[in-house]
Amino acid sequence: MGKTYSLLLLFALFDLSDHTCENVQEQPEYDLLVIGGGSGGLACAKEAAQFGRKVAVLDYVEPSPPGTKWGLGGTCVNVGCIPKKLMHQAALLGSALKDAQILSLSALFLFHSCSSSLNVRLCCFLPNRKVKYFNVKGSFSDPHTIRGLTKGGKETILTAEKIVIATGGRPKYPIHVAGALEYGITSDDLFWLKESPGKTLVVGASYISLECAGFLTGIGLDTTVMMRSIPLRGFDQQMASLVTEYMESYGTKFLKKCIPTKVEKLESNRLQVTWKNTDSGTEETDSFDTVMWAVGRAPDTKALNLETVGVKTNSETGKIIVDAREATSVPHIYAVGDITEGRPELTPTAIAAGKLLAQRLFGQSSELMDYDNVPTTVFTPLEYGCVGLSEEKAVQCYGSDNIEVYHAYYKPLEFTVAERDATQCYMKMVCLREREQRILGLHFIGPNAGEVIQGFALGIKCGATYPQLMKTIGIHPTCAEEITKLHITKRSGLDATVTGC
Amino acid sequence: MFQYSLILFAFSVQAHKEGNPQKLLEMNGHTAVPHSYDYDLIVIGGGSGGLAAAKEAAKYEKKVMVLDFVTPTPLGNSWGLGGTCVNVGCIPKKLMHQAALLGQALQDSRKFGWQFPEEVKHNWMTMTESVQNYIGSLNWGYRVALREKKVTYENAYGEFVQIFPLATNKRGVEKLYTAERFLIATGERPRYLGIPGDKEYCISSDDLFSLPYCPGKTLVVGASYVALECAGFLAGLGLDVTVMVRSILLRGFDQDMANKIGEYMEEHGIKFIREFVPIKVEQIEEGTPGRLKVTAKSTKGNEVIGGEYNTVLLAIGRDACTRKIGLDKVGVKINEKTGKIPVNDMEQTNVPYIYAIGDILQDRLELTPVAIQAGRLLVQRLYGGATTKCDYVNVPTTVFTPLEYGACGYSEENAIQKFGEENIEVYHSHFWPLEWTVPSRDNNKCYAKIICNIRDNERVIGFHVLGPNAGEVTQGFAAAIKCGLTKEQLDSTIGIHPVCAEVFTTLSVTKRSG
Repeated sequence: MGKTYSLLLLFALFDLSDHTCENVQEQPEYDLLVIGGGSGGLACAKEAAQFGRKVAVLDYVEPSPPGTKWGLGGTCVNVGCIPKKLMHQAALLGSALKDAQILSLSALFLFHSCSSSLNVRLCCFLPNRKVKYFNVKGSFSDPHTIRGLTKGGKETILTAEKIVIATGGRPKYPIHVAGALEYGITSDDLFWLKESPGKTLVVGASYISLECAGFLTGIGLDTTVMMRSIPLRGFDQQMASLVTEYMESYGTKFLKKCIPTKVEKLESNRLQVTWKNTDSGTEETDSFDTVMWAVGRAPDTKALNLETVGVKTNSETGKIIVDAREATSVPHIYAVGDITEGRPELTPTAIAAGKLLAQRLFGQSSELMDYDNVPTTVFTPLEYGCVGLSEEKAVQCYGSDNIEVYHAYYKPLEFTVAERDATQCYMKMVCLREREQRILGLHFIGPNAGEVIQGFALGIKCGATYPQLMKTIGIHPTCAEEITKLHITKRSGLDATVTGC
Repeated sequence: MFQYSLILFAFSVQAHKEGNPQKLLEMNGHTAVPHSYDYDLIVIGGGSGGLAAAKEAAKYEKKVMVLDFVTPTPLGNSWGLGGTCVNVGCIPKKLMHQAALLGQALQDSRKFGWQFPEEVKHNWMTMTESVQNYIGSLNWGYRVALREKKVTYENAYGEFVQIFPLATNKRGVEKLYTAERFLIATGERPRYLGIPGDKEYCISSDDLFSLPYCPGKTLVVGASYVALECAGFLAGLGLDVTVMVRSILLRGFDQDMANKIGEYMEEHGIKFIREFVPIKVEQIEEGTPGRLKVTAKSTKGNEVIGGEYNTVLLAIGRDACTRKIGLDKVGVKINEKTGKIPVNDMEQTNVPYIYAIGDILQDRLELTPVAIQAGRLLVQRLYGGATTKCDYVNVPTTVFTPLEYGACGYSEENAIQKFGEENIEVYHSHFWPLEWTVPSRDNNKCYAKIICNIRDNERVIGFHVLGPNAGEVTQGFAAAIKCGLTKEQLDSTIGIHPVCAEVFTTLSVTKRSG
């Protein structure tokens, strides 16, 4: 098939001057071409444009199996952090209504009016500052050439001196489970549903699974989480248990040590799910309106044609292998964000990495991205914020004799009058035991966990020690102040419940 | 109600009888002292500072007594053990602030899909009953804690006396106690205007949190954080609120931030009468609430205005409870004008074995956590051989106005004054909390500002945030500032997404740049 080059309508909007697309370019068209217009890609592109460089961003959303798609901005803005936090807020407001003694009367959650307001507010992330945007699916033709395909199949060829891959990930489907693809949805679809998902089964133990199950429960839906083994793998396990315990007391049902075997559609249009309970060995079944898979995310690297140009990926995960400069195995090709191997899958790290990369490439900077002590928060009904090492990791790195864990159970003031259960409101600080007592990790479960942890993450970046934290006076009355009052150690075995002022 | 008993003290009777001043000084050291005193430590005032110190001392197996007594308000109000914070300060304030925030949340929730009957009303009595029940549990908790730690507690008014040994009437009226050391932690009470009708008809924060009827249309007099916080939650509960301010808002706080707080309150329905002071309060009608007429005079001229309100809340300042506890008898110097007690950096008054902590201290912050920290460290130094002094620098605080304000370190004015405008860099940004987007709440009110010292590696010397959960946000940054946070470290820290606090990790616009 001969290659056809056609000038797309899109191009009419942008100034392309006198470049023809047929010949191999002596001079690449762009200084920087970014494949993927998400958190990392856009940050990198906008930063590079600031240095007066000619930058292009390619973004394309392959529709999900049920057909959901969205615009520029990536996962975070469209089907991740942003709609997630808003739905989490909707659920929290449900609790607030209960506290204000309204819910008992007759508050109903109207899913469609919530999701439609969410769609309205998704902000415009269109790059300004002379970044050219192409809504095409990019793949490598040769090390400096990208072939872009529109939805309609029209082709564009772009060349660039440097290329950044920031195509992120997409939810995985458990394709070995019959009916998974046909009948199940993922987080890609959840936030765009036009109708309430109804009685929902969320399969998975990731933060995505727990966060979604959490807010679905909060808005009044019958929700079940099915987990194969432990919750929140990779996170501190004591904290993970407290998170799921709270969810259970909050109304979310859990099917632990279970794996789905098949999904069938019933005449009523409901879904019949069959699963195996690996503990008892029995097979069980139940019907749901919606089944959502949250069993992990995987990068879509196959479509990029990376083998053609020699960009190495991790054979197991499919993620792109990069060094400390975000460089791949091919010198002028870089990668940032969820697609990179061994990096946290977080928007702020992608943004920071993208910006620093642009500064190194075009701004004479040599600053590398620091991936240590990146704070994060899981927005489950009772939020969990953390920074640094989990207790297990600290014990593994330093030995339990060399670390001290300070901890406390506390009760947020707002829970008292509202008679809310604060059993799982807990915090712990993992420190080195030697003289200085440097803080290795901080973990907090409670309301507004993200707001609480952010400042302390800064402290840890400054090398905060336990004595320094104890010298800091608390703000009263807040939850965060309890961190500055931590003094009971796990080692002592004493009761760690906070008692009054 | 607890029985009122007047308790008198004798100080260092032994030493006084022997007329040996040497012994007086020795007592402050760690030399063994004969157990000729009733107690090792007597704490006058069972509030945040006093209780913290007492409980800490008990850990060292010292014999401790706490005296706590609440002189009823002009309207007859009183409360239990725990001090201002627990009974008529931080705790009920934050709970009522929360009640108001929940009112706002109700409005937001409709946009998030919640549907409920149109009219949502607030019931004052339900709220105060819940709040008082919780406070009651705290009072009880403190008494239990003291009992468990074997700290003697007397619900009695303490006063220093210089006497000769005296037989005591044990059966209730007067008792004398001696101690090796004393700790004054008597705190403060709201000030009255000294105008006709103030004590008869006006209430203060001492009365507000247990008011047995809804205050109705309220005039709040004052510009302190107490005034603004109370005005804020009263308005949030749906009441008609006016604030009468003599001059500036939140004196002592960053004025840029103070003005933003005032603006926000005005835009959200709270009326402000500026540059006026009340000169007379009269009762038009009795009742719960009744109707009051307030006459006020301009501070700038002769204009006189009148207004009618159901309740007048005075929040013009607080006075230290140091004038009537016999300090003159034992020679403890106080600032005659303010009533506050000057202490050295070990919380020691001019009388070596008499210490003071909390709100009564001169030149110290009037905050619960400061009093607690000072109290604990003091006791650790006295009985535990510790040397750590209370660090009063970079103490964070939060004003729980409708738009909350968290701060740590220098205000912009103070930074300019101390370091010079050319040596400081102010980074700032408005931000829009994600949770405010869907209900279309103000998109340009929340604000973040940091002040850096250019000469010292751009060290962060001032932190200010205006937005929801300001206290939770500010706490961690206060810890970071204690660790010597610089702008560079701030920039290299990754934000948590999506939360308000992350705005501080991406501040780039300076005030200088305009």
